[in-house]
Amino acid sequence: VTRPTDADRLSPAELSRRDFLKRLGYASAVALAASGLGLVLYDPKGPAPVEARKALTGLGDYRVAAPALGGGKLAIVRGTERAVMVEQGVKALGGMEAFIRRGDRVLVKVNAAFASPPALGATTHPEVLAAVAGLCLKAGAAQVLVTDNPINNPESCFAISGLADAAQTAGARILTPSPAFFTPVSLPGGKLIRNWPVMAGVFQGVTKVIVLSPVKDHRRAGASMTLKNFYGFLGGRRNVFHQDINGIITELSQLLKPTLCVLDGTLSMVTNGPTGGSLSDLKDTGTMVISTDPVAADAVGVELLGRSLADVPYLRMAEQAGAGLADYHRLHPVLLNTKA
Amino acid sequence: MRIVTVRRLSQVFFLAVFLWFCITATLGTAWWRWRGWPVNWLLDLDPLTALSTVLATGTLYATLLWALVTIILTLFVGRFFCGFACPLGTLNQFTGWLARRGLDPDGRVEANRYRRAQNLKYYLLVGLVALALTGSVQTGIFDPLPLLHRSVNLALAPLADNHLGLLHDEPRAYASAWLLGVVFLTLVGLNLVWPRFFCRFACPLGALFGLLSRLAPWRIGKTADTCGDCRICELYCEGACRPSGTFIAGECVLCMNCLDRCPAGRVTFAGQASAAGEVGLPDLSRRGLILAGGGLLLASMWGVGALAGAARDPRLLRPPGALDEERFLAHCIRCGQCMRICPTNILQPALFEAGVQGLWTPAVNFHISRGGCLLNCIACGQICPTAAIRPLSLEEKQGVGAFADQGPIRLGTAFVDRNRCLPWAMDRPCLVCQEVCPVSPKAIFTRTVFQTLRDGQALPAKAQGAEVDLNTAFATTANLASGDYYLQPTGQSEAARRRITGWAGARLTLERPLAAEDLQAAGARVDIVVRLQRPFLDAARCIGCGMCEHECPVSGRRAIRVYSENESRSRPGRLLI
Repeated sequence: VTRPTDADRLSPAELSRRDFLKRLGYASAVALAASGLGLVLYDPKGPAPVEARKALTGLGDYRVAAPALGGGKLAIVRGTERAVMVEQGVKALGGMEAFIRRGDRVLVKVNAAFASPPALGATTHPEVLAAVAGLCLKAGAAQVLVTDNPINNPESCFAISGLADAAQTAGARILTPSPAFFTPVSLPGGKLIRNWPVMAGVFQGVTKVIVLSPVKDHRRAGASMTLKNFYGFLGGRRNVFHQDINGIITELSQLLKPTLCVLDGTLSMVTNGPTGGSLSDLKDTGTMVISTDPVAADAVGVELLGRSLADVPYLRMAEQAGAGLADYHRLHPVLLNTKA
Repeated sequence: MRIVTVRRLSQVFFLAVFLWFCITATLGTAWWRWRGWPVNWLLDLDPLTALSTVLATGTLYATLLWALVTIILTLFVGRFFCGFACPLGTLNQFTGWLARRGLDPDGRVEANRYRRAQNLKYYLLVGLVALALTGSVQTGIFDPLPLLHRSVNLALAPLADNHLGLLHDEPRAYASAWLLGVVFLTLVGLNLVWPRFFCRFACPLGALFGLLSRLAPWRIGKTADTCGDCRICELYCEGACRPSGTFIAGECVLCMNCLDRCPAGRVTFAGQASAAGEVGLPDLSRRGLILAGGGLLLASMWGVGALAGAARDPRLLRPPGALDEERFLAHCIRCGQCMRICPTNILQPALFEAGVQGLWTPAVNFHISRGGCLLNCIACGQICPTAAIRPLSLEEKQGVGAFADQGPIRLGTAFVDRNRCLPWAMDRPCLVCQEVCPVSPKAIFTRTVFQTLRDGQALPAKAQGAEVDLNTAFATTANLASGDYYLQPTGQSEAARRRITGWAGARLTLERPLAAEDLQAAGARVDIVVRLQRPFLDAARCIGCGMCEHECPVSGRRAIRVYSENESRSRPGRLLI
């Protein structure tokens, strides 16, 4: 049995009239919808000159207790074995437990700028990363992330520098820069970091930040150590900032306040930096610096390179900006020797 | 009045309006030049421009609101725009009619038969809409209104300019105008194959109207299913929409010829379906839609080429106020209005300078042009129908008043090519670039050097007062008495140098006599030196207007050229901090 349809009941004229009214209704509805949408999307002024994106004001302050200027801690450890020196130095500052709490998510900023083997000293030494990551996990860190936005392509840098292997062995995770990690940052009072892409995405959920840097010669900046290592958080065509290298490093010192800095001067690159390329560019300076104060750590590093604060203007500038103390002696550094 | 007469009058009206706006889209002091004429009105009425820019940008810019009028009318009565308004449709109809006068009726009915290939335009529309969704507005390539504007602006009107001097006294030059001409003439020529060829097979705007008319309550139709077999309606049918049989409503361009011609008066325009049956749209095959999708996949590979980003040609400059490249390609419909209005003719249709994606978008060229980008001109942004070039005020362009903080709009930065520059490479004074630099203080500054001429060193000389005799006449094509040349006792200080004011054979006349002790100390030998003011560039002041490049007397590859570095529109291109 088939149910009777409209066609069975209605005359052709009535059908046609119904169809007409239906079409009239639909067309009116679409016309109204189109007009409404048009008015909603209507933009009499036109697009803005630069696409507006909300800018962050910095990457954050990760110090355990924001100390008064000069309240930082500093250990200077002499020796040859990086792992031992790191361990002893951290211990002298109260042990990793003084910095890392159970459940902390730790971001380790290494210098992985170049696809260069660890022996050439152009990048953070994998033994330093392994030691620090190990200490963090032992102190109860939930996760250790390792990152940098290098000059050479990231995969090659992390692989050839030995940092990828060291991270994997220690149980840390490498975060290579992806476009999604970059967000514009406008540093309050900054002249250079204004609406500039910065790798803020890797800080998602991060509670502590440790910076691991080698001591290196750098013609333009005087020296590349902890603060210059912060350059690796910048994205975009960041090299335009070399026009004011001291200015940008000073601003970088304001971008981020790390929990702890490890400056590796076991071997220092004294010539041909920051790329090096030859063992003869390295000098045995036998020193590991552990500090909560990046400026103080770098001030020690400057001496390892046989240079003075006058050769590296950004340290005084960063000091004036409140990033730390260039006269590191005032922090009463703990001096250790692991060779004995 | 017969409805076809109304249609013809309407077509003539819109064609006349189009041509009139083409004439007035020029700058000048005469009353008929651009002064408030709504020269973009036809482009504004075009819903495909509105749709694609809305999809790509999420906004409906200013006068594009007009598109709503077209959309609403089409929703109720179908493709009236094609039959009554579109100037390209009119042109197609006219040439098709011209080519078929006196042809046998069977041939004409055959020419107006519905063909499945008419579906192509729907696939093209699907592809273009999908592209717009990915942020790449390519509709302007095929959309009849931008297409016609571009063809007339850049290929046909310049012919009138250059040979008749109608609109411009000086010739207008447009790169690869011939290609635009080929496209236009081909489109028109195809009407000889089948009438309204472009409209039926290729027009994506027609396809959009076809979709919009899907629900139109009023449409063409027959009042009775049966009729004779005269097919007179199809003899004259412009849309190839089968008015004698199952009517294809989406293909009907509302030419009204069937209604006018039917000897039995059986065709109506009414609120009911044709008694002979109707379909809203032709059958769109899955294969065709897959093809459109494949084309989209191919087009999305443009982005892989990174031509809008890292691989951008540094010589690609955009008009002042242009959006950054990515957003620019989401707005520009390649109508050529900016290129037509530009008083110095610096805006050129790009062929491959901006990649395949940027075909016929405006690119700056300071060689073809009549000058650089004028400091006091904002015409291109004011005429741009989609704000791909933002409508700048003079204040914003010059970076004054409320815009003093952000500085002037920069198209790029000029670089001096020291290997080609006369005072840098050829010991010839010049400095045209500095002279024409329009910013104050000038972006081009100079450092002066005194250079000993080739073969002009340690020439034996005898002095008598202000006159100095060389052993032999000094051979040079330069004019030593021009004021730029000096005599300097060899090895002596700047203070010993004297300007040459006269030159006859081996005798040189000096502004002041050489000091006797200087000449003696030089062992009676002199150098002929030229004073060169060498141009340097202050990138912080350069706005990339290209005056220097245009005027540089090194006429081939200029000795000073503007590149995109530091252009206002792109942050990655920032040069100075």
